[in-house]
Amino acid sequence: MTMSVSMTVNGKTVSGNVEARTLLVQFLREHLGLTGTHVGCDTSQCGACVVHVDGISVKSCTLLAVQAEGAKVTTIEGLAKSAEELHPMQEAFRENHGLQCGFCTPGMVMSAIDLVKRHNYQLDEETVRHGLEGNLCRCTGYHNIVKSIIAGAAAMKAAGV
Amino acid sequence: MYDFAYHKPKSMADALAALKKAADGKLLAGGMTLIPTLKQRLAQPSDVIDLAAIGELRGIKVDGNGVTVGAMTKHAEVAASADVAKAIPALAKLAANIGDGQVRNRGTIGGSLANSDPAADYPAAVLGLGATITTNERTIAADDFFKGLFETALKEGEIITSVTFPKPAKAAYMKFPNPASRYAMVGVFVAQTSSGPRVAVTGAGPCAFRVKAMEDALAKNWSADAVAGIKVPANGLNGDIHGSPEYRAHLVTVMAKRAVAAAG
Repeated sequence: MTMSVSMTVNGKTVSGNVEARTLLVQFLREHLGLTGTHVGCDTSQCGACVVHVDGISVKSCTLLAVQAEGAKVTTIEGLAKSAEELHPMQEAFRENHGLQCGFCTPGMVMSAIDLVKRHNYQLDEETVRHGLEGNLCRCTGYHNIVKSIIAGAAAMKAAGV
Repeated sequence: MYDFAYHKPKSMADALAALKKAADGKLLAGGMTLIPTLKQRLAQPSDVIDLAAIGELRGIKVDGNGVTVGAMTKHAEVAASADVAKAIPALAKLAANIGDGQVRNRGTIGGSLANSDPAADYPAAVLGLGATITTNERTIAADDFFKGLFETALKEGEIITSVTFPKPAKAAYMKFPNPASRYAMVGVFVAQTSSGPRVAVTGAGPCAFRVKAMEDALAKNWSADAVAGIKVPANGLNGDIHGSPEYRAHLVTVMAKRAVAAAG
């Protein structure tokens, strides 16, 4: 069943014709060319596909594009103000060496931002580790990711984002 | 995923009509089980009816007697509710540990119960607290709801609208999560209710079940020691790559002890 779908992605209104079975991540990657959102496990465990739908982090491999009809979607491409200025959480990952191969990073950053807002910028290590249950990283051992997120939370608060 | 016709009704009446009209309709709540199932081509519904736009199915109401949770209320909403945390802290804590953060942002209580996954968390709370499940047609006592592996008392065309949990004197839930999926290998919910102690187990059997021997022991003596010597038979319990039936039987006693201790 082909359906038309429209939503706001990274501040722009977009629409397209998709099959009812098209996943949100397929719509983002294949229809809109936003390949920053990754597909890792494709079984809603690894979190590489995390995006925000109406400000809440979700696994876009486990959501139909039509379920996001009318929603405001933010992907990793929608975070930085410009090519020169990263989002404070992205910057914190860079500063703290919070990535190695980088495959999981878009999902990590999107989950981290939701976590920071959910806890009103107040994060300790335990909260971050529990909050990252849905994001798998096979390189870093998580230590620097946790460090990045705690630093990123403070930077987000300071920047008022 | 096989293709299907997608519907997003705005009212219960429209949802029921769409379900009736479909050759093989499936209800979509949070989709945390249904979408993975469709992706694996384990189901091929003709129609998928998304309940997300039906406002009356969402929300949490708390009064002196307990907590009522709308079927489409997300785990994250139950986990973050200060009212739930005050009335039945064990329920808020259980919700806060289902799956992972992103699953809790989408998954719903109604979806979890209707699916009756043997390793889901909510069935333990529903059975352990003696909750009541309300559908568009009737109310169903928790003791009559879970019928077997992915099997419930729900009939064709019946939709869960809310779940009411009576407030216990005390309660706690302890689970041994599978480290990858976060599903319960075994989870035990214990509660001191107005009709006596209740002990409900998830993850171990085909569906959530009560352990009468532990309830009787706790009625005489509410302490972890009272359940320490009580074993459930391994026969009929789940065995898979993550653990044998014997291992799960052992975990039931361990988690029951921890839950009683945590309830205080």
